[in-house]
Amino acid sequence: MNEERKIKVLVCKPGLDGHDRGAKVLARALRDAGMEVIYTGIHQTPDDVVNTVIQEDPDAVMLSMLSGSHNALCPLIMEKLKEHGIDDVLVAVGGIIPDEDKPFLEKHGLKGFQGPGTDLKTIVEFVKNNLKR
Amino acid sequence: MDYSNLISQLLKGNPRAAARLITFVENDIEAAEDIINSIYEHTGNAYILGITGAPGTGKSTFISTLIKIYVDQGKKVGIICVDPTSPLTGGALLGDRIRMKQHFSLDNVFIRSMANRGQLGGLARATEDVIKILDAYGCDIIIVETVGVGQSEVDIFKSAQTVVVLLVPGLGDDIQAIKSGIMEITDIFVVNKMDLQGADKKIAEIKQMLEFRKNYKYDSKDFSEKYAKIELWTPEITKVNSKTGENFVELLELIEKHKLFLEESGVISNYLKNRITNETIQILKHKLTEKVEELLSSDKEIGKYIDQAIKRSIDPYSMANLIIKMLGLE
Repeated sequence: MNEERKIKVLVCKPGLDGHDRGAKVLARALRDAGMEVIYTGIHQTPDDVVNTVIQEDPDAVMLSMLSGSHNALCPLIMEKLKEHGIDDVLVAVGGIIPDEDKPFLEKHGLKGFQGPGTDLKTIVEFVKNNLKR
Repeated sequence: MDYSNLISQLLKGNPRAAARLITFVENDIEAAEDIINSIYEHTGNAYILGITGAPGTGKSTFISTLIKIYVDQGKKVGIICVDPTSPLTGGALLGDRIRMKQHFSLDNVFIRSMANRGQLGGLARATEDVIKILDAYGCDIIIVETVGVGQSEVDIFKSAQTVVVLLVPGLGDDIQAIKSGIMEITDIFVVNKMDLQGADKKIAEIKQMLEFRKNYKYDSKDFSEKYAKIELWTPEITKVNSKTGENFVELLELIEKHKLFLEESGVISNYLKNRITNETIQILKHKLTEKVEELLSSDKEIGKYIDQAIKRSIDPYSMANLIIKMLGLE
């Protein structure tokens, strides 16, 4: 009897921003959708994020960013993941991401871009439909 | 599936290979069988330290401080944190890493969160397998954090060499200290948050409880091999502050003392025997349950027995005996 495969998601907040309400609401919503959610809290460096991805082996990483540092930190995270040969994990960023920054982030392989007011069901469906494995 | 590449990477100390293999043993018991079969000869080297206690007693913060000390000693540390799965949705929120944010290096610290996936007892079904993977990965010490426990989640005592139970001041009175369950399987009691009022009172209550147990032990001649680990050791007790690291030197001495006791008294062989027996029983239970469920869903004759049981012409015990016969296990 094989147990049902669980979707494992890492929710974290890179950078110096401490506004974690959104991340917590998201973590709760994904949990209620039957996923196993690892929440690492605020103030994560790109190395912290990548180390956690290596050790926890999640199917998806949800970065919550409201500080405006997404253009600096997200590509760095993607680069470091690639260095470790990790290319089968969905990496999404949400929070406050201006429209004009999306093409740049997309080019680095990021997805999502859900902002405040997004229906939680939309995000749950997004995760389910965009898994890479 | 062929795991040999991942396994050879694991044995070289590749963290990503360890993580992938852990995912496989968590999700699929048949994968676990293959993987454990291949790595078993490389395990048995790590010291397993179990940390348990009620929710909010500070287990994760305590472990965070412990990791730092062991890393400074040059040890490679594996940490398994178990959190509960929702009985309603099957989801889980694994939040132990929040307290372990000291930017540990990937080379000597490996932290893995696990949902218990409905398993009672404080651990997950695959925890024993994950311990083995981290052991083969090269960890010198593996710290297992149970879910926040109540009173009866005692599985950790079967898996770990040393069990530390965390208590905090102000939770429960002296009656709690003499109840059955986790208070009986403890090797070292730690009153965490020692800066809070009531820490010394808590220690006094535990000491009183231990005194009583000691006296009782001298009277009783009977001695079960299964519980030698508990019966031959008088639990130690200390208080710490996990945030400041206060008193951790003393705590580490106590852990060393227990480790030494296990080896010098020979109880370690006793522990190993019990652990392997228990593990095998768990695997057997799983396999037999699987076979029985298969039989129940496919065999028409059993359908007839069930109908008879509903009509009260056969009882569930007799039906169980019939199934044992059908499985050829009589």
